[in-house]
Amino acid sequence: MSEMYIAKEKFPATVKQLMGRCRVYGPVFRGQYHEFAELKAAEDADMGYQNTRLSPKELFHPQSERMFTYSLDKSDSEAEILKEAPKDFSSRVILGIRPCDAKAFQLDDRNFDVDRFRDPWWVKRRESTTLVGLACNQPCASCFCTTVGTGPFDTGGLDVLLTDVGNGYVARSTSSKGDDLLQGMEGGEKVSSEAAQKVMDLKIKAEKQLGVQFDVSTLSEQQMLELFNASFWDDIQFSCINCGICTFLCPTCWCFDIQDEVHGNKGDRIRNWDSCMFPLFTLHGSGHNPRSQKLQRVRQRFMHKLKYYVDKYKDGVACVGCGRCVRFCPVNIDIRQVARLMSARCVCPA
Amino acid sequence: MRAYTGRIREAAKRLLAENRVDVVIGFRKGTIPLMNEPYLIKSVDQVNQLYWDSNCGINLANYLPKRPDRVGIVAKGCDSRNIVVHILENQIKREQLYIIGVPCKGMLDRRRIMAERNGREPLFAEELEHKVRTVRYELDLTRDRNYFLQDNCRICTHRNPVIYDELVGDLVEEQQVDRYTDVRKIEAMSAEERWEHFEKLIEPCLRCYACRNACPLCYCPTCFVDEARPQWVGKSLDKTDTRTFHFLRAFHVAGRCTDCGACERACPVGIQVRQFTKKMEKDIKELYGYEAGVIADERPPLDTYRPGDPEPFFK
Ligand code: SF4
Ligand code: SF4
Ligand code: SF4
Ligand code: SF4
Repeated sequence: MSEMYIAKEKFPATVKQLMGRCRVYGPVFRGQYHEFAELKAAEDADMGYQNTRLSPKELFHPQSERMFTYSLDKSDSEAEILKEAPKDFSSRVILGIRPCDAKAFQLDDRNFDVDRFRDPWWVKRRESTTLVGLACNQPCASCFCTTVGTGPFDTGGLDVLLTDVGNGYVARSTSSKGDDLLQGMEGGEKVSSEAAQKVMDLKIKAEKQLGVQFDVSTLSEQQMLELFNASFWDDIQFSCINCGICTFLCPTCWCFDIQDEVHGNKGDRIRNWDSCMFPLFTLHGSGHNPRSQKLQRVRQRFMHKLKYYVDKYKDGVACVGCGRCVRFCPVNIDIRQVARLMSARCVCPA
Repeated sequence: MRAYTGRIREAAKRLLAENRVDVVIGFRKGTIPLMNEPYLIKSVDQVNQLYWDSNCGINLANYLPKRPDRVGIVAKGCDSRNIVVHILENQIKREQLYIIGVPCKGMLDRRRIMAERNGREPLFAEELEHKVRTVRYELDLTRDRNYFLQDNCRICTHRNPVIYDELVGDLVEEQQVDRYTDVRKIEAMSAEERWEHFEKLIEPCLRCYACRNACPLCYCPTCFVDEARPQWVGKSLDKTDTRTFHFLRAFHVAGRCTDCGACERACPVGIQVRQFTKKMEKDIKELYGYEAGVIADERPPLDTYRPGDPEPFFK
């Protein structure tokens, strides 16, 4: 592990150094909210931000990604052959990502990078990216990372963690990629014992504030069918408008749909985000829809995150507690409430 | 507006106890500051969950189409207008409904409050007389309530329910405002400027269709953007498809939109989709002198023909 202290006035210069080495993405304020964008100038990164409106999954799993292109022109010798669309896999740093969001990528690896399925673009992007996180000194009212096995200072998904200690940042590497990154940096100072202590204090304070908001440990013990048939779903689903915001904003919702779009003689095979909240998601070619009812769709989202995933991987829930779905569900469906109902030791009749 | 809560509970209790309705649709207190949840209760022992304050902006009429039962529904001005539209469009029968009318003073725009707080959600919020106080760590902010109203509430001219069976408070004074200053600004633009304006407006659109789903008018069994056989609209983020969605939806709500603002309230990226629908609203008003959802016993101008209907678009 290597570490350094970077005074705030030197921070832009540090970012500039990085920008000289590779592509650097950071939290940029655009219009009404923050999003990760490639930095044009070091000052564009707003390290005082809370979190991005949309999760950074877009950086690895774009909402709409051209996979292949093809020609339908019969006179073309390569007609009807799928050709991989060009993509940029050059190395990059994502600066200021929150620990929960970085952790989410590890969770998503289970979908995109396992023996049975390996998504080459996801894998290449993951390999060429170094994640420089920013610890959460002041978590939101709707965050609950500490409840679901991560935390405001969790280094698990990161290569480097930055902590804002007032006049500067303490940077600590937490992986060999992170070591490499920090070792090449100039201008860093030694971390004073006061600064190191500050990091500890901030961590304890933030974690304490978040607390443990429900108990995930009982989820694995619940009977799946009992949960599936529980009467509380009727209550939970009422207000849902099936808008899909929760899934679009979520860093651990990875579902997609593949479509061909043809213009004249040219075609693209495109992969788009999809959502289990949409009726079309499960509509069969026959016209039958196994999840034709809203209740079934709402239940699916929560059962997937809090039960099916739990049982399948035996490694916690498929949620990192970023709170985006809580903050932006227009009708205030709160996954924490649902988790409380699901994890209650006895599933009482409502 | 919190004072309405008691009256709403009273009414709900009476209606359920006397078996006047099967269910009551209202709001329950939200789990985070500045949010409440649309909620349906079925029995008297649930009435104390009902709640009301200035964070009830969701349009409850959205939960009515094709309900088979007898429904008690809490309705502010715009909800009541969308109920009228539903009755006119045969989505629900007047006899099925018991409308608990709420004279409204405008709903708070949570996004505006968050923006004022540098994008940070408050840890605590309270409504004071004419003020809203939000607190988070060292930032304790109190501002005029009006400063944080939703855009559509600022220019609302039907705060009182237009149709109701009982009221939970005295009628409020209606605002005298010019509803179309923003539309006129856009009308004054050249065609190119206008195109630019709308391109910029919808640029961040994710095509999640939350605006559509939040809208009580969007009850089509299969929306044209979801139709798969044939597929009318692409699924990628092609600009033409995004435009198609917005333009067609605006036309589909012409003469029906009540400017309730539910669409804008839902949009996760803050697109002012009312910029489309308000132009339609203005045109309908100018052409036919008609306001959607105000009169329950007259066919709307766009679904009937009357000799003398203006036809300035035939040239
Ligand atoms: S964001 Fe809320 S209303 Fe929209 S689909 Fe998700 S749970 Fe339902
Ligand atoms: S389910 Fe909600 S809180 Fe959990 S990771 Fe997804 S958006 Fe964040
Ligand atoms: S809610 Fe917003 S982002 Fe979603 S489709 Fe409507 S305008 Fe686009
Ligand atoms: S288009 Fe928007 S403002 Fe008009 S009725 Fe629908 S949700 Fe309300």
